[in-house]
Amino acid sequence: MKYEAVIGLEVHVQIKTESKIFSGSRSGYGYEPNELVDPVVFGLPGALPVMNKAALDGIIKAGLAFKCSIPDWCKWDRKNYFYPDSPNNYQITQYDQPICQGGEVEIELSGDSRAEMGEHKNIKLTRIHLENDVGKLNHFTEDSLVDYNRAFTPLMEIVSEPDMHSGDEAFGFLTSIRQTMIYCGVSDCDMEKGQMRADANISVRPVGETTLGSKIELKNLNSITGVKNGIEYEIKRQIRELKKGNSIKQATWRWNADLGRTELMREKEDAHDYRYFPDPDLLPVRIDDEWRNRIRSEIPELPFEKQSRFMDDYDLPYTIASVLVPDRALSEFFEEAAKKNPSKAKAIGNYVTNDLLRELSEAGQSLAVCKVSPEHLLSLVEAVEKGTITKQIAKDVFVEMFQSGELAGKIIDRKGLKPDFDDEQVKVWCQEAINENPKPVDDFRSGNDKALNALLGQVMKKSRGKANPQSVNQVLRELLS
Amino acid sequence: MGDELHFKSAGELSDLLSSGSVSSVEIVKAFINRVEAVDNSVKAFNSYDAEDALAQAKVSDERRVKGETLSELDGIPVGLKDNLAVKDQPLTCSSKILESFISPYDGTCIQKLKAKGAVLWGRLNMDEFAMGSSTENSGTHTTSNPWDLERIPGGSSGGSAAAVAACEAPVALGSDTGGSIRQPASHCGVVGLKPTYGRVSRFGLAAFASSLDQIGPIARNIDDAALLLNAISGYDSHDSTSIDIAVPDFRKAAADVSDRKWTIGLPKEYFEESSDPEAIMPVLDAIEFYKSQGFEFKNISLPRTEYAVASYYIIATAEASSNLARYDGIRYTSRAEDFDGKDSIDVYRQSRALGFGEEVKRRVILGTYVLSSGYYDAYYLKAQKCRTLIRSDFENAFESVDAIMTPTSPTPATLKGAHAEDPLAMYLSDIYTISANLAGIPGLSLPCGYVDGLPVGLQILGKPFKEEEIFRVGRIFEKAHAFKDEYPEL
Amino acid sequence: MSEERSIDIEKVADLARIALTNDEKSKLSGQLNSILEYINKLNELDTDDVEPMAHPHSVFNVWREDKAETGLPIQEALKNAPKQRQNMIVVPKVVE
Repeated sequence: MKYEAVIGLEVHVQIKTESKIFSGSRSGYGYEPNELVDPVVFGLPGALPVMNKAALDGIIKAGLAFKCSIPDWCKWDRKNYFYPDSPNNYQITQYDQPICQGGEVEIELSGDSRAEMGEHKNIKLTRIHLENDVGKLNHFTEDSLVDYNRAFTPLMEIVSEPDMHSGDEAFGFLTSIRQTMIYCGVSDCDMEKGQMRADANISVRPVGETTLGSKIELKNLNSITGVKNGIEYEIKRQIRELKKGNSIKQATWRWNADLGRTELMREKEDAHDYRYFPDPDLLPVRIDDEWRNRIRSEIPELPFEKQSRFMDDYDLPYTIASVLVPDRALSEFFEEAAKKNPSKAKAIGNYVTNDLLRELSEAGQSLAVCKVSPEHLLSLVEAVEKGTITKQIAKDVFVEMFQSGELAGKIIDRKGLKPDFDDEQVKVWCQEAINENPKPVDDFRSGNDKALNALLGQVMKKSRGKANPQSVNQVLRELLS
Repeated sequence: MGDELHFKSAGELSDLLSSGSVSSVEIVKAFINRVEAVDNSVKAFNSYDAEDALAQAKVSDERRVKGETLSELDGIPVGLKDNLAVKDQPLTCSSKILESFISPYDGTCIQKLKAKGAVLWGRLNMDEFAMGSSTENSGTHTTSNPWDLERIPGGSSGGSAAAVAACEAPVALGSDTGGSIRQPASHCGVVGLKPTYGRVSRFGLAAFASSLDQIGPIARNIDDAALLLNAISGYDSHDSTSIDIAVPDFRKAAADVSDRKWTIGLPKEYFEESSDPEAIMPVLDAIEFYKSQGFEFKNISLPRTEYAVASYYIIATAEASSNLARYDGIRYTSRAEDFDGKDSIDVYRQSRALGFGEEVKRRVILGTYVLSSGYYDAYYLKAQKCRTLIRSDFENAFESVDAIMTPTSPTPATLKGAHAEDPLAMYLSDIYTISANLAGIPGLSLPCGYVDGLPVGLQILGKPFKEEEIFRVGRIFEKAHAFKDEYPEL
Repeated sequence: MSEERSIDIEKVADLARIALTNDEKSKLSGQLNSILEYINKLNELDTDDVEPMAHPHSVFNVWREDKAETGLPIQEALKNAPKQRQNMIVVPKVVE
């Protein structure tokens, strides 16, 4: 009997705004406990919520990016439940009229090899709505401490259809959300800072079965990899149980990343009675086409659009495109250069994804402050294209460029990297190499083409690496023919 | 009535201050003395800080000397219902659960009063969390009606109305959710106004029922009420439900004596059901007076009146059950000790059991029930629909009348303890005031006479955002009668 | 037509997080049931084509610009806290 898994994710994403969603208190992370508090955040008597327009702009942008429909009206509802991290013991959310309906998230699965782009799929969404975040509980041995800094941060809840079937798909889903939100400037989705949180609903069923199996809710998935691993473990656990003849009871489980297994948290209780009703302190929101269009026009080219365009228009291999795309600034940096010399896009891409990233990482620098500009890359590529320097030397020039900020030409001149010999000299060195290395010559003449490399190496040595390997190759072949 | 300062209206005090005849410190001293003399009997105050009031008065006098007087209210004491947030002052809502709570912030109305230079005067008793019509539900003590100390002052702003009636404050602020300004004003023989919903900011008012609550003035006469309404009205960016509409000079409008043909509606549902016509005789007399002044009266019908109490008690308790959830023993309320609390649920249960009084528990539980799973459509949704119909009754009526007159209360003040075992009877006594909150329209209660020595109020209901019209109408009666100058013997 | 709606006082008091004594439960139960009986009066009204009135005035899109305002100083916020430590509110240990 073969089984398949059915997975739905509920993803909470904090929207990056200066102030909170229903309060003018600053919104942020890493502040002193209870520093970001005002009467609304603390739930004081007499406090009243006031909507932050930027939070609405942010969720509409996310919704449009994920192809949701944005209705003409939405409203706010109170979800009533008691918990120490909730200042009012109710959350302001959207129950039956969410601001984003439907939608889909395009995901990319792993290819057969790292060099190959994997399959793309669209995971359907049910809805996205806006609500206020709650405070943070810190647990100690005897008691817990509550910090309300996080309370009232704007939070989007993205609900997927039970449309995924593996940990990989869930991984792709979260990665895609994260990249899209970063591109749109809506959120940084840093899971370590609580900016993105995910819970999974997981069930399994025999392949071919159309009804859903009994599902469990999996919590404490604290990283994108954790989501993948937790889901994979749980799928295997459920299949094991079913094969033993046991049934899956509806319950809440938690992922224990340290031990690498899921653990039962609590059996399913009676469904919470949240007593939803429209929040009388807040007025409804009316969205018109002008608003939708304005937000739509602010959405940049999205990650997968960019990726396929880079691969199509610049003939970039997946290995390079897939490294550029997750970083919008890096992609734009690349394209600044590539559009001026499209035939050399691959080379430019290589410099960016290998050399530039390596140097930035070692120096602990960000792209924004880096001395290398697209113009610098173009100068380097040009120098190689013209044959002024070899690719090998170009790598060293790059390192110089990164540190000094000089263009390639300047560095080449300053360090005397240009070949200080002419073609005649190269011919002389080739002949010398041939004369000094009879065995490779014989091997080559016998049909071993690769034997030429030994001769090539000798010539490169004589020229202190400055000769152009392609030309040397050609000259050697001519001399040996 | 003597010449003493505490018998003077806010308007009179303002004139005396302007003319330099008296200082704010003298005025505040007079009210402190009055409180010390009579509050043992009336018990209108939960607390007051005499030193703080005198300090405010001193600052006011200093401003006046420098020619920097802030407004007509500068230096005048304004009593405050104990559900209005004032920084560094208690905010108890007459509840044990907030008995030690000191507010860290000023509500908007308070900020406005401060900007006008008013002297913030004391914390006035109320039914706990504004739930009640007698102030007997107070978690601190019961306030007495200054006209008869065995009787209730009305509620929930009983302390505010009693304080003004007993001359312990020239004016006061109260709050009105189902009649809580108008009814105690009626019982205590003073003027009380519930503004149009959205006229005054609710930021800083401990919420009872968000879609019904409004802060409003309680005063000895209409001029004072208008003066106070001028000070507190206006759109507030901290209250999304406050409305961005121009604020007229209510005081000026109230004094407008120009000729106008008024048509007043008399809703049959408010008169035909009267179980005790004697009890509303002064109201009927008042209507005759208006007729003699050329007012035209029309019999109108507000057909859904009989459903108002039912709708109100669903909507108000539902909203209250959610608004009062924050009082849970966790962040700033009294927390139950001495029990074996295993988790926060226990803290909630015990703190609220100890901190809330009986009426609050009753309403919170009722409100929780009507919102609970399976009941939302039958109760809350149904009541909201009924509310639409009640409002349309008023809209229809206002197409042919300028204002509506009714008794404020079916009876004058009852004896303390009269409704102790019958909450439903207490709820039904709100019948005349409740509809105005449901419809969001403004309403005034004006003293119009006595029955067995107890004050009776005439209620004037107006079109949305037309408080100045009800002031004008009320003024015509007030000018021709001595009720505003009559005070209980204490 | 109208069903017997009797309040399950235990369940509702639990939802409302208020501990009631047995006396309170029976007293409240009786009072609330008679109040509910009165409230059922609303069933007489035909409201099929009526919109619910969520707000007294038909206003929408009330919001503010995204600017951080000064909040409460930590000590002010916590000054009424029944129990605090390290500038945070202490609650019984929460087991998740």
